[in-house]
Amino acid sequence: MSDRYSQIVNNPVGDFIAKNLGLPRPTELERFQPGQPLTSGRALLGAAPGGRLTETLARELALAEVSTDTPLDEEVRAAAAAGDLDAGIWSADAPGSSRYKALVFDATGIDDSTKLRELWAFFHPSFRSLQPSGRVLVFGTPPKECRSTREATAQRALEGFTRSIAKEARAGGTAQLVYVAPGAEGRLASTLRFFLSARSAYVSGQVARIGNGGKVPEIDWDQPLADSVALVTGASRGIGEAIARTLARDGAHVVGLDIPPQADDLSRVCAEIGGSTITVDITDPDAPAAICERLQSEHGGVDIVVHNAGVTKDKTIVGMDEDRWSVLVDINLSSEERINDALLEGKVLNEGSRIICVSSISGIAGNAGQTNYGTSKAGVIGMVESMAPVLAGMGATINAVAPGFIESQMTAAMPIATREAGRRLNSLSQGGLPIDVAETIAWYASPASTGLNGNLVRVCGQGLLGA
Amino acid sequence: MNDKTRKVAILGGNRIPFARSNGPYKRASNQDMLTAAFDGLVERTGIAGERLGEVAGGAVVKLARDINLTRESVLSTKLAPETPAYDVGQACGTGLEAAILVANKITLGQVDSAIAGGTDTTSDPPIAIGDDLRRVLVEINAARGNVDRLKAVAKLRPSMPIDFPQNAEARTGLSMGEHTAIMAAEWGLSREEQDELAAASHQNLAAAYDRGFFDDLVSPYLGLKRDDNMRPGSTVEKLAKLKPAFGGPEGTMTAGNSTPLTDGASAVLLGSEQWAAAHDLEPLAYLVDAETAAVDFVGKKEGLLMAPAYAVPRMLARSGIELDEFDFYEIHEAFAAQVLCTLRAWEDPVFCKERLGLPKPLGGIDRAKLNVNGGSLAAGHPFAATGGRIVGGLAEQLKENGGGRGLISICAAGGQGVVAILEA
Repeated sequence: MSDRYSQIVNNPVGDFIAKNLGLPRPTELERFQPGQPLTSGRALLGAAPGGRLTETLARELALAEVSTDTPLDEEVRAAAAAGDLDAGIWSADAPGSSRYKALVFDATGIDDSTKLRELWAFFHPSFRSLQPSGRVLVFGTPPKECRSTREATAQRALEGFTRSIAKEARAGGTAQLVYVAPGAEGRLASTLRFFLSARSAYVSGQVARIGNGGKVPEIDWDQPLADSVALVTGASRGIGEAIARTLARDGAHVVGLDIPPQADDLSRVCAEIGGSTITVDITDPDAPAAICERLQSEHGGVDIVVHNAGVTKDKTIVGMDEDRWSVLVDINLSSEERINDALLEGKVLNEGSRIICVSSISGIAGNAGQTNYGTSKAGVIGMVESMAPVLAGMGATINAVAPGFIESQMTAAMPIATREAGRRLNSLSQGGLPIDVAETIAWYASPASTGLNGNLVRVCGQGLLGA
Repeated sequence: MNDKTRKVAILGGNRIPFARSNGPYKRASNQDMLTAAFDGLVERTGIAGERLGEVAGGAVVKLARDINLTRESVLSTKLAPETPAYDVGQACGTGLEAAILVANKITLGQVDSAIAGGTDTTSDPPIAIGDDLRRVLVEINAARGNVDRLKAVAKLRPSMPIDFPQNAEARTGLSMGEHTAIMAAEWGLSREEQDELAAASHQNLAAAYDRGFFDDLVSPYLGLKRDDNMRPGSTVEKLAKLKPAFGGPEGTMTAGNSTPLTDGASAVLLGSEQWAAAHDLEPLAYLVDAETAAVDFVGKKEGLLMAPAYAVPRMLARSGIELDEFDFYEIHEAFAAQVLCTLRAWEDPVFCKERLGLPKPLGGIDRAKLNVNGGSLAAGHPFAATGGRIVGGLAEQLKENGGGRGLISICAAGGQGVVAILEA
């Protein structure tokens, strides 16, 4: 499962050879360690004139104790002062040697395409100061909620900018676009913190949409999931195990679920994290009821449900027998629907609960040999999109992550050429780790993420396939 | 004790031209120069033989023998020897602080008249002996008899150091220029705007000399009639050619936009209105308020020279005057960067809220009213003499203007600042 190419290239001789042959040179990504500050460097906060989020961003940066500078622009400085952010000064004319871990830009003031040059004005002088594993965050207004077609046009344009700059970022840098609906300013903290931190190491070129939702409670950012119960399917190994461990790290009581053959591994994992176990096959018609009964009687309900369990059964459509198709779709999609129905009917989901589904880039971009898998994973996206309004009605949320190439048993079993290609065909030139998917899920699961519903975020290092 | 205060008038100022160190004044001592400044003032105002209330003065770089610098200088002048005197020490704030101190005695009615002055030379610095060497020499001196003396002499070592005065803050080890380079970087100053300020300083000083503004303010000394650091033909283009002096190779501070080391002295005569009338002297202006501030440049890492940025708002809050309600601003140009950082700070919402606790920024000043007769960058800055230069010059300018209000702001080593308001 080791990325030997990265190891080779990250020593001086290998690096020299790779550089001269024009081969990819993946940087070792900074990943989150508990107890670390949110960022390991300074942030630069800028805005296009007329932005409505600058003061909120300043306030959240101050609360997160991120040392920040701003340009010497009266509007931005006034917003920083209003947000109680003790910001230093960055001058575009005399950039000096300041380096930044994060470049944060409020683009909500861009209400016409002629004003898009504000993006250039901010990033042209500042981008080269971005440190390795640096972060670019652009904030905008959702095009559908803009007040004019001109504004909607300009705000839609932001996505082309962030996706491109994500491809220019070197040394593990990432870039995202965050649309914040009018009125949702109070809900952007969890997203700002996630994308600023090393938790989002393998997420790049993505768009997050923050809309209306419940009031954001006071939380302990170091243990956001304290006092919550999380069901994680497929928790015995791979990405599921990483999800279970991460949610437990963040304070949740994890109820791990897996099939009987995996019982030993499941018990081991859940014992280590102080969680509990359910051993059941989720395609079993009685499984949803059994799960609901366990959650209700032992835990009084559930706060977080992570639909992670899934299989691949690759074959081209011509060579695929019906069983390969049906069993896979049942496991990866239909059983999730049945479990969701049971949870909703049985009122097992607590107030402010979270459903998170693991999709895949295969469901977005497709893969030869994965007509069954791609179908099921695109179906997961459809389930998230169609159920988002239902969950919103109960003050809950449902979101999806779409992993790209994640180093796991599944990918270790691929033929080497396909595996290398999969690993390198992304902006970060490397595969992700199961924890990268887990951290993204933890972000959705946070009680502070009330504004995130119906989102689909890829954890793919900005994979070059699909959009 | 008198419980009523009275107005304090500035009745005249005098200084000798300032000279670059190790130049025309290299053999002049602090005492020589201070005496010359006093004498010129005494002569111009016609108070020879008078017993003044007191004289306060000082020097930042002082020789060990100058423990009574100001008193010794007074004894060398034509003032009555019954005039008391004392030394004041607040780094570059010395001159202005001396004026404030004597003004406060005048306003309280304790004295009716006083001179405040200051002098400095870096051509004649004290040589300090390192402690090791000093103790041996003290032993040699205290020895009773040749045997003991020889024993003490035997303790001498060639490695015992002599301390030349360093222009560095004791607690940080950084020089003032290096501290200011940090400030300039923090406030994002450009090379160009600093050079612009420097060029304006020279041009304004030259223009002031040419129109005779300094005729009643400067008395010639040792062959100099004008400050010899002044470059009338100074332009931004010429200044742009200089190499950075502080802040590394990418630094924006040069010898042209930093004050050079200079020698010189200045003095100002202050008195009550009655004393002035009794001596046929017309007030040029009145010293109406003053304030000092200090910053924590060690722990909180506030800019070393940012103290005036704190002092002025405090003074304005007390006096009820807004920052833009002055006709003239005299800000000591320790470095062009120091002036510009201070002005930026007053305009910045974050600084004004987080540091000064103000709901909105103080605002900007009209740059056409800044250092209109030249500043320290052109005239030079013998540390303790700058206060007297500025007070005398601003008072004269207010008289020429037919009235008005002026703000003085002077930063000082050790993270302090002294500011004052003059009105006419």
